Amino acid sequence: MGKTIIEKILQNHTEDRVEPGKIVWIELDVRSARDFAGANVVKNFEKHFPGEKVENPDKTFFTFDCNVPANTIAYAENQHLCRLFARKQGIQVYDVDAGIGSHVMLYEGLALPGGTVVGTDSHLNIMGAIGCFGQGMGDSDIAFAFKTGKTWFEVPETIKITINGTYDYPTTGKDLILFILGKMGAAGALGKCVELYGEMVDRLDLEDRITVASMGTEMGAISIVIPPSDEIIKFYRDMGKKFNPVFADPDAKYSQELEFDIQGLRPHIAKPPHPDDTVPVDELDEIKVDSVFIGSCTNGTYKDIKIAADILKGKKVAPGVMVKVVPATRETYGRLLEDGIIQVLFESGVIVSNPGCGGCAQGQIGMTGKGEVQISTSNRNFKGKQGSGFTYLASTVTASASAITGKIATLPARVIVRK
Amino acid sequence: MKPGILKGRIWVITDPDTDKLINNIDTDMIYHNAHLAVTEIEKMGQYAFGNLTGWKDFPKKAGEGDIVVCGTNFGSGSSRQHAVDCFRALGVQLIIAGSFGAIYKRNAINSGMPILTYPDVDDAKIKSGDEVEVDLEKGKLKNITTGEYLPNADPFSIVQMDIYRAGDLFEYAKALG
Ligand code: SF4
Repeated sequence: MGKTIIEKILQNHTEDRVEPGKIVWIELDVRSARDFAGANVVKNFEKHFPGEKVENPDKTFFTFDCNVPANTIAYAENQHLCRLFARKQGIQVYDVDAGIGSHVMLYEGLALPGGTVVGTDSHLNIMGAIGCFGQGMGDSDIAFAFKTGKTWFEVPETIKITINGTYDYPTTGKDLILFILGKMGAAGALGKCVELYGEMVDRLDLEDRITVASMGTEMGAISIVIPPSDEIIKFYRDMGKKFNPVFADPDAKYSQELEFDIQGLRPHIAKPPHPDDTVPVDELDEIKVDSVFIGSCTNGTYKDIKIAADILKGKKVAPGVMVKVVPATRETYGRLLEDGIIQVLFESGVIVSNPGCGGCAQGQIGMTGKGEVQISTSNRNFKGKQGSGFTYLASTVTASASAITGKIATLPARVIVRK
Repeated sequence: MKPGILKGRIWVITDPDTDKLINNIDTDMIYHNAHLAVTEIEKMGQYAFGNLTGWKDFPKKAGEGDIVVCGTNFGSGSSRQHAVDCFRALGVQLIIAGSFGAIYKRNAINSGMPILTYPDVDDAKIKSGDEVEVDLEKGKLKNITTGEYLPNADPFSIVQMDIYRAGDLFEYAKALG
């Protein structure tokens, strides 16, 4: 019988027979821990395997991204505990300057199409962007993975979603996933994998794929897995990486097959406090915005921040609106610097910070206060997640347009000429 | 080596009003968050089902080697390990349920606590107090009290058996060397 993408990836990494509902041991290509929970991984490891080595230091990484550089003593101590352990074990640390761990792994080619990646980041299923299995796990699971290079996993069923139709700028991948999320609901794919198909999906570039995959958690999915396009495969081949991209068999068995029509999709937005409570932006009443956050693993790429700069160039952010931009990685930050994009943002009145999870985790670049309305490009707007205010989730385009108007708004397509 | 066949007295966790299995028992009903500060496993037993209507006296009634039978989606909610450990503290040797919450399942398997998914749990002819025999590897259940075989449960996977036999996830890692 045919297999879905996730089933094939798992089958390539196990001796056990893979079928939905079965629990199998899988070999892990990458095992990682971030600063959040990383210290607990180390403590678990040292308690249970004192004096022992990790299975393969070359496949094991620390990625600090939650609280960078540490602004609480607890985080500083936890990060340093990880550093000391890493030195002893010969593990590479992507330290507080490196940026969001999942993006580092995606852009450095640690994660590869067809591969398996685990870590303490609950959004690690973002690896589905390149057709890779990624999974966040608890600290004892990751300590075990460090020690053995393996983990166990219950093979999920897969839902196939076909997207019919296309859209144009200023609609983006973020609007696509917000739309899908609205249709699926917060538990619409609970415990399942989702495969996405359709002309628009084929066309998505790496950045949009990352955006889409980063919100799988918000519909309860194990992962949204997107079949890698030629462009994605070329990206990693050009890096000199060897890997085995995986596609679903034509007779793969899906638990559900859905189709959504998105012809002419308009920009969407998620209302607080539910990521799946989404509507077209132009259906919202006028809402005054107090702050804007552009960044996170959902929309913190070079492309995103370039879009923000294209919209903000030569304009000023609305008086009284605080606009925060956080590049996802150091590499992104470097390119933005080189290309003068940070200068553009600076001149329009934006706060640009060092790379990391930024406004998404623990308020590294500030939180919202009671009653404060924030528009954010991240993936969660639960109560309290980004402060005590109200967070709307939208694309970089909508967030940037709102920064200028001071109200939740998106761009009419004709105003913007995209490069 | 840990036994592949378990025998014990059954507790069918039913609603006292309807006598039906209770579905969606979450981790707060199993082990209330008021007692999360407890770290010694031995002290957790007294709080098992402490927040589940009709079953607050469960810790007093339960004994070593008992088997708990529950409805679907057992252990949904938070990732607290206490909700698994409180049963181990009481000596409960097996939890059978129509289905388990994903994190609960992971926690139980990793800590070597035997759990069995039993899709036909609603139709199984068992009641509290019955003695049953369970073959973990085959998923076979027999009601010793009535002498009847019951519909099969999902057998243990290789992974689950590996970890259960070793003791827990970390012991299994040590066994791998
Ligand atoms: S940006 Fe937010 S969602 Fe993404 S990895 Fe960081 S904390 Fe998690």
